[in-house]
Amino acid sequence: MNWTFFHKLGSPKWFYDISTRLQPWFAAIGLLMLTTGAVWGLAFAPQDYQQGHSFRIIYLHVPTAILAQSCYMMMALCAFVGLVWRMKIADMFIASAAPLGAAFTFLALFTGAVWGKPTWGTWWVWDARLTSMLVLLFLYFGLMALRAAFEDSEMSAKASAILVIVGVVNIPIIKYSVEWWNTLHQPATFKLTEKPAMPAEMWLPLLVMIIGIYCFFAAVLFSRVRNEILERERRTKWVRQIVETEASP
Amino acid sequence: MSETGHSLLFVLRVVLVREFLAAFRKRQDLANPLVFFVLVVVLFPLGVSPEPDFLAKSSAGVVWVAALLAMMLSLERMFRSDFDDGGLEQLVLSPQPLYLIVQIKVFVHWCLTGLPLILLSPLLGTMMHLPAEHLPILCLTLLLGTPTLSLIGSIGAALTVSLRSGGVLISLIILPLTIPVLIFGTGTVLASVDGLAVGGYLAILGAILALTFTLAPLACAAALKMSVAS
Repeated sequence: MNWTFFHKLGSPKWFYDISTRLQPWFAAIGLLMLTTGAVWGLAFAPQDYQQGHSFRIIYLHVPTAILAQSCYMMMALCAFVGLVWRMKIADMFIASAAPLGAAFTFLALFTGAVWGKPTWGTWWVWDARLTSMLVLLFLYFGLMALRAAFEDSEMSAKASAILVIVGVVNIPIIKYSVEWWNTLHQPATFKLTEKPAMPAEMWLPLLVMIIGIYCFFAAVLFSRVRNEILERERRTKWVRQIVETEASP
Repeated sequence: MSETGHSLLFVLRVVLVREFLAAFRKRQDLANPLVFFVLVVVLFPLGVSPEPDFLAKSSAGVVWVAALLAMMLSLERMFRSDFDDGGLEQLVLSPQPLYLIVQIKVFVHWCLTGLPLILLSPLLGTMMHLPAEHLPILCLTLLLGTPTLSLIGSIGAALTVSLRSGGVLISLIILPLTIPVLIFGTGTVLASVDGLAVGGYLAILGAILALTFTLAPLACAAALKMSVAS
């Protein structure tokens, strides 16, 4: 098998070039799908027979919650790649993704609280799903604190990679918390193996929102990673050339 | 004994004896987490409510949270002095597996912090009006839980040992990971108070211990190598 593509991935310059081309696409598709999904879900999807209009926050809650966990899994993958193949770019991904993951986790918790008030009658319950998401938020915070504490970027990369991999134990706990324990939180909305329990006109906009938010995440992540590349590789020739051409009128 | 150095068991015994010796030369450091443990527990009846009913219900949680905090407090010294005097480098460079050396160090840390906490817990449980027949359960959960805390904590201690301000950071990165232990630890005692079977809870605590016992030293050893390389 030809592994050149894999080693190319480790080159910041290669990634900078390809992400410059891909980023506008992700941004455009993401914004388009988020707008479509939001308007469709919030205005046109039928009401829930029990929850009325309040269920519509699902179109924000589920995508942000899924992304919060996916983001951590992506970081764990990067941590593994960074530790094994010593790719510089892996740590740039972790550095760029951590605040995003924290933001999405916070959004998932916040929208969950807003949804919980009309349906459960309370903003917050200490049930397994909610608690494990809160733990995820603290994992993101801990990682950011650890990264900030190191001055040397190579050590910071290794330390955060180890911490990210250790923290992966929380992901299955979040995922299966609704199945292992009798929780107030409902079971997963989407499963790969089963048909959703909602009619198509309700879950289709949700699917659009989920794909949209992934594209949006990719777009934001790419621009953050590109910033990170420019900053860390600022002494290389190709970055200087980019800066010079951008600076000259 | 081979030509390349001392046998594994010899090295592990040396590390074990050295750890205990070094710890007993600074006896005050050993007492501090215990005093802290008692103080935190005392804060609850004084700060929240001295009602026996309330205390009995919250006793397991309070003792567990206090034990968790006391363990966190003592984590920093796990590798600190070795890092400062260069002993840690010698351990990392030694031809014997760092994995096992870490196990020994964690074991000593637990003997000097976790074990005294367990011995103190019946006293504090009684002060918190936990019925006497549930005290053994409380001790048993701590016996299964505190080694896990030492093991998870060793990762945090190893990651931050090269940083000047490790203290708060260790708690910040380790506490989220210890929450499952806390939940099942207090859950066991609460189940026992409610007259339910505790076997399942204890089995989960044991499973978490087995998992951290095998995997945490790997992460800890990797973190130590990273810290020493600086």
